[in-house]
This record gives sequence, structure tokens and C-alpha cells, in this order.
Amino acid sequence: MTTFEAIVGLLYLGSAITFVLGLHMMRAPSTARTGNLVSAVGMAVAVVATAAWVATSDRYHVTAWGWIALLVGAALGAAGGVWGAKGVHMTAMPQMVSLFNAVGGGAAAVVAYVEMMRIVGELEIGADLTVPVGLDVLIGAVTFSGSLIAASKLQGWVSGAPITFPGSRVASLGSAAVGLAGVVWLVADPSLWALIVVAIGGLGFGILLTLPIGGADMPVVVSLLNAFTGLAVAMAGFVVGNSILIIAGALVGASGSILTKLMADAMNRSIVAIMVGGFGTGDAAGAAEVGAGAEVRRADVDDVALLLAYAQKVIIVPGYGLAAAQAQREAGELSKALVAQGIDVLFAIHPVAGRMPGHMNVLLAEADVPYDQLREMDDVNPEFETCDLALVIGANDVTNPAARRNGNPISGMPILDVDKARQIVVIKRSLGHGYAGLDNELYANPKTGMLFADAKKGLSALIAALKEYAA
Amino acid sequence: MNAELLSNLGLFVLALLVGFEVISKIPATLHTPMMSGANSIHGVILVGAVLIAGVVDTPAGYILTLIAAAFATMNVVGGYVVTDRMLGMFRSRPARDKGSDS
Repeated sequence: MTTFEAIVGLLYLGSAITFVLGLHMMRAPSTARTGNLVSAVGMAVAVVATAAWVATSDRYHVTAWGWIALLVGAALGAAGGVWGAKGVHMTAMPQMVSLFNAVGGGAAAVVAYVEMMRIVGELEIGADLTVPVGLDVLIGAVTFSGSLIAASKLQGWVSGAPITFPGSRVASLGSAAVGLAGVVWLVADPSLWALIVVAIGGLGFGILLTLPIGGADMPVVVSLLNAFTGLAVAMAGFVVGNSILIIAGALVGASGSILTKLMADAMNRSIVAIMVGGFGTGDAAGAAEVGAGAEVRRADVDDVALLLAYAQKVIIVPGYGLAAAQAQREAGELSKALVAQGIDVLFAIHPVAGRMPGHMNVLLAEADVPYDQLREMDDVNPEFETCDLALVIGANDVTNPAARRNGNPISGMPILDVDKARQIVVIKRSLGHGYAGLDNELYANPKTGMLFADAKKGLSALIAALKEYAA
Repeated sequence: MNAELLSNLGLFVLALLVGFEVISKIPATLHTPMMSGANSIHGVILVGAVLIAGVVDTPAGYILTLIAAAFATMNVVGGYVVTDRMLGMFRSRPARDKGSDS
């Protein structure tokens, strides 16, 4: 080991510390932004140190074309990344994360492929190299195609409904088998052809795995693919013998797995059940059946505005419908108007409200809702008993009291105790089902009034009506 | 099994454990920014792209290096910028009314 290699090794160690520290600092909102910055600095150090080492070491020789490829690629990627990151709507965050998963996984697979290109036929290649190469390309390919499909579904380019066709399960298992067989072939007889079979199997499996999964489950899939990308990067670390890739990849692999489990737990679903798919139906869950349930009480905008104007404490329950209608600004405005009249306003945030855990907090923060008005489920549940009005905006299954009983799809799912409020108003487009395909007993509650409207239009009308009463 | 593989495996397993430990304590509120933050960390594959640039000498190799570099940089730069943007929204506002704080 040369002195320079030792320095690079130490810098990698420093970068690894910044990654862990950065994630650690993200545990509290006050330090989270600095944490991200700390992690970014560590990343810059790792990349610059590597570039300097590769440029000077005897082990590597970067040709002029090599530099051009690297720098042009980096410039293109940086431009695309900044453009996407600056321009993306906060409601489109899950797609953005999914796209970054795709390119990260793709890059990991390409790195292993190039390394294989270099060494194939050169010397005897052992399983200690072919196994990580195979796994890297397999996982990377699955992540690449799977994340692109997931992003397209979230963006609405591909239908959010589960897409299945006769034999799709067999095809999906078949593509996984092709990928795994390719890995076995690669280990037994290392060749680029074997690696190409691995890549094709992986790409096919990524597509067939994601297509049958419904839009509402997609965030769980994005989270899982985030973990997969981490693992692919760690495998790339084994392939090129680089410690920082292994450490950072494993960190992300672990974090993605935890998040995936937390999200699935909050929905009371097993990850396996989600992966098997065909359950969640996405945004347009259920047909519009306004009027089908004759027992629900309709409320109009003026009724609700009056209720709000005379309330002392209001709890707003935002859900998927609010995110889908991009109505977070209107929700923030309504809250401001109420607070201006001396009314206590809290936002009750279910762990899976929005499209990812914590996504609703981001959306409301974007709409300037003060952080201390946002309450998590366990904190806010006791508050419902003393609140005059619970205003449910586009949330469904997470408010359904049926979850407290056994024997239905959402049994045992933690819910917000909205039914304990003195009065309840639900803003919703229709009586359509949530993604569990279940009637919401809350809607039939005598205390509940249903305001049938798109979240954005309904809230705007409410704000306007409220101003009249307040004047 | 050689010594390098063994020490790499050790790194891998220990980093997994650290990841589980650090992340399991993050409040649900911050899961989306955290996921985005973790997402940018796997952009470290850019280091891998730099390393392969040092070994390629064929047109196919150059094209693949370009792809890897573009993908990885997009991941790392976009990831950090978007996480920063998101977390910037959580910033507490000085003019905030503390009245509703329980």
C-alpha cells in the first residue's frame, strides 16, 4: 500500500463517518438539514479522493477518452439531477426518489459489467468475484427496470391499477429463474454472455414484479427498491474492491429495509402480500357511487364553514386524496384563516398519509403549516375527544373504525380516532372505496357530514365561505 | 476465501447493523426526507464509475463509463439537492405564532 492509498483509505473512513452522522442528524428536524450537508461533504471528499488516486496511481490508467467519458457523463448527470431536483413538485417526490433508484442501480450494474469486461479471459476468475458480479448485475437490473416502472405508475404514464395478464405470475417467476440461472452459469463458467443473461433476466423480473402492484402500494415498492439499490452498490464495492461502496451500500440497504417494514406495518400488510400484488388499485379507487349509500348525510360548503366558524378546536386529517389533488396549499390557507380567528388547529398525520411515510409532513411544510401544528398518530388520538370538528380531507382507510374489529382486511391497522370527535366532516370526491376495498363505517356515523368535492376545490370554497362568516 | 474478501464481508455486515440501528430511531415525520437522504448516499456508486474510468480502453468501455458516470452523478447531485430543498421547508419560521403549541 502506497502512502497515497493509505490517505485515500483514511478519507473513505471519514466519509463513512459523515454518512452515518448525517443519517443520525436526520432524526430531528432541527439538525436534519445540516445532517444532509455533512453527508454531502463526505460524498464530495470520497469522489475527489478517488479521482485523484485514479489519476496518479500505477494501478489505473485513465486515457484521454476515459477522462472525456467520465467528465461529460458527470456533467450531463449533474445537470439532469439539479434540473430534476429543483423543478420537481413535492407531490412528485416518490417518482423522483424512484428515478434516482433506477439510475443508481443502473450505474452499479454497469460498473460490474465493465469490470467483468476487463478481466474476462485475462486470468483465472474465482467465485469470490463472480458471485458479487452476478448479484450486482442482477439486483442492479431489477432495480433499474422496476424503479422506472414504479416511477411511470406514480406519474400516471403507466396505469396505477395492477396490471396482470394470463400467465404473468409464471412469466415473472420465469424471468427470476433466468436471472438466477445466469448467475449460476457465470460462477461455473465466467463469460460476458452469462452476465448478459443475468441482466436480461433481472430487467424482465423488475418489470414483471412492479406491473401487478397497485399505485397505493407503490411507495412501499419504491422503498424496497431503494434498499435493493444499496445492496447493488455494496456488491459493486466487492467487485472493484472498494470499502466506501460496501459501507455506504450496506447502510442504505439496511435503511431501506427498515423503512419498507415500517411502511408495511403501518398499513398492516406484509411485504410479501404487497409483492404478490393485485390488491391496491391506486388513485381512482372504486367507481364514483355518490348517492349509492343513502344512509350518509350530505353537507354543503356553507354548513361546514359554519361548523368551522363556531368551533374552538379543529383537527384536520389529510390523506392520499389531498396529496393527489395537490391541495396542501389550500389546507394550509384554511388552517391559517382558522388560527387567525383564535381557533386551535392541529393536523393529524397518520404514518402512511400521503404517498410515503412522512410525505404529508413535507407537503404541509411546503404549504407553510407550522411544524408544531403537525401531530403524529399516537400524540393526536387523545385530542379527538375534545375537538369540536374533525375535518377529514381525502383520507379513507386510516380513519375506518372497522379496523378495531376482527375479520376484515384492515383489522388491527392503527387508525386515527376520528369517530371520537364531536362533529366530523369528510371532504371526498365520492363514496368510492379506499385501497382496501372496504366501506368506511365513519361515513355512516350520524355525526358525519359528507362534502362531496375534489380536495382542492372543496377547500377553496370553504375558505371563501369562511371569510364571509368571519367578516 | 482470501483476507480481503473476509475483511470486506466484515465491513458489509457491520455497516448493515449500523444502518438498522441508526435508522430505526427516526420519527415517521422525517421518513420521506430520510429516504431521500439514504437515496443520495447510494449515489456513492460514482466512486465506482471513477474507478472503471481508470481501466477502460475500448469504445464500448468509454460509452459504458459515460453512462455509469451520468447515472451516478444524477443520483448523487439530484439526491442531495432535493433532500436539502425538502428539509429547507421544515425550517422553523421566526414570525411563528407559538399560541397553538400545547
